[in-house]
Amino acid sequence: MNPILKSLLILFLVIFIPLNLAAGLIWLERRLLALWQDRYGPNRVGPFGVLQVLADMIKIFFKEDWIPPFADKAVFVIAPAIIMITVLMSFTVVPWAPGATVANMNIGLLFFLAMSSLGVYSIVLAGWASDSKYSLLGGLRASAQMLSYEVFMGLSLMGTVLLTGSFRLNNIVDAQRHMWFVIPQFLGFVLFLIAGVAETRRLPFDLPEAESELVAGFHSEYSGMKFGMFFVGEYLGVILISAMITVLFFGGWRGPWLPPIVWFALKTLCFICFFILLRAALPRPRFDQLMSWGWKVMLPLALINLLVTGAVALAART
Amino acid sequence: MLSILRTLWNVLLHMFHRRETVQYPEEKPYLPPRHKGRIILSRDPDGGERCVACYLCAVACPVDCISLQATEDETGRRYPEFFRINFSRCIFCGYCEEACPTYAIQLTPDFEMGEYHRQNLVYEKEDLLINGPGKRAGYNFWRVSGVQIGGKDKGEAENEAPPVDLHSPLP
Repeated sequence: MNPILKSLLILFLVIFIPLNLAAGLIWLERRLLALWQDRYGPNRVGPFGVLQVLADMIKIFFKEDWIPPFADKAVFVIAPAIIMITVLMSFTVVPWAPGATVANMNIGLLFFLAMSSLGVYSIVLAGWASDSKYSLLGGLRASAQMLSYEVFMGLSLMGTVLLTGSFRLNNIVDAQRHMWFVIPQFLGFVLFLIAGVAETRRLPFDLPEAESELVAGFHSEYSGMKFGMFFVGEYLGVILISAMITVLFFGGWRGPWLPPIVWFALKTLCFICFFILLRAALPRPRFDQLMSWGWKVMLPLALINLLVTGAVALAART
Repeated sequence: MLSILRTLWNVLLHMFHRRETVQYPEEKPYLPPRHKGRIILSRDPDGGERCVACYLCAVACPVDCISLQATEDETGRRYPEFFRINFSRCIFCGYCEEACPTYAIQLTPDFEMGEYHRQNLVYEKEDLLINGPGKRAGYNFWRVSGVQIGGKDKGEAENEAPPVDLHSPLP
């Protein structure tokens, strides 16, 4: 195939598939939550209720797209776009299958970390531009939470980078030919999982939008498709973190018998379901508990993990 | 930390539990016979209206959703000229049923009364009357009460002695 055509096709698929998956995930989440709460969830619209998402989407498109008169209009409009842009940009470095990456960068992992950190601007700016107390509190919480969880998120990944010797995600997948990194880097995996949940602001770390305390947190003032973009951005984040866990700790596309992309999808789906299980099962911590967990437990653990991995890697080399 | 993992595991096990949801339109829930639903007006075993238009139900109704007008037929028997229940107000408390001295007004285990127009929720007497005695089979108010109406004098009710002549000195 023509190489330009092929890269265009990959580009299209990488935007098209995650966006649609994110919409489908809304249905999946509602069904799974219902399953774990002994209910049925949406099961009326279409087979198994899958068309519920379509109905919701039609509804959200026809809602009034209201900008509060007291809001900072330009920032208010830009904020929801930022989260979509940053998350979709992160998808460019994910190696879906051998050769199926939009940008095979030698700093792929750093790019992912950078983009997921930039995502917090969306929430902080949304909270600021809304000019309402609840939104601002949500934005404040988001910035503090991101800052503290970003630190050990990066550190928890440095173990895999040490073992691979490269930031390129394809190399990281290749380095897991014999053993998935979840075994030597189990602590790193657990830390990254927790940081990833905090990064996507999912329960139990959804303090920026804690609906029982802050109405809806940073997106209290948003309506219509702008709110929809925050919503889809959150689900895109879930897919992204699940895909990154798969790539970094569970051997990416590697697996016997089935084609690589199927292995990748299966592993990612497992982690998406785990994210939903977390939401179904765990209560939300208090904000000070969250912060002290991040700084007093997670960060030292990540540092110890990095030190031990470094020492072992150094000892193995000499 | 261990409790978090245990919580996750226990919630995961709920996958294999029976779902509590009743799939309503296909699967109807069981309603006991005394369920307080749609209000009806019953008839006595002879087929006559039981309601004697005493207004007690309208008085007992806490939301004033019952309105009626009493009248008498040529035999002196009271009955409602119109009997109207506004179900958009009714709270199905059942006080009317408790107040009714003739078991005429009764609540039934039926709740599917949805309407698109509010006016359709105002039920007239012909909508409320049913062709049977409802929960009280065999009860006929006029047969057991000592009230005198055309064709039935005092003392002719069931289990009733003829009226005492107050002016007679004999016992």
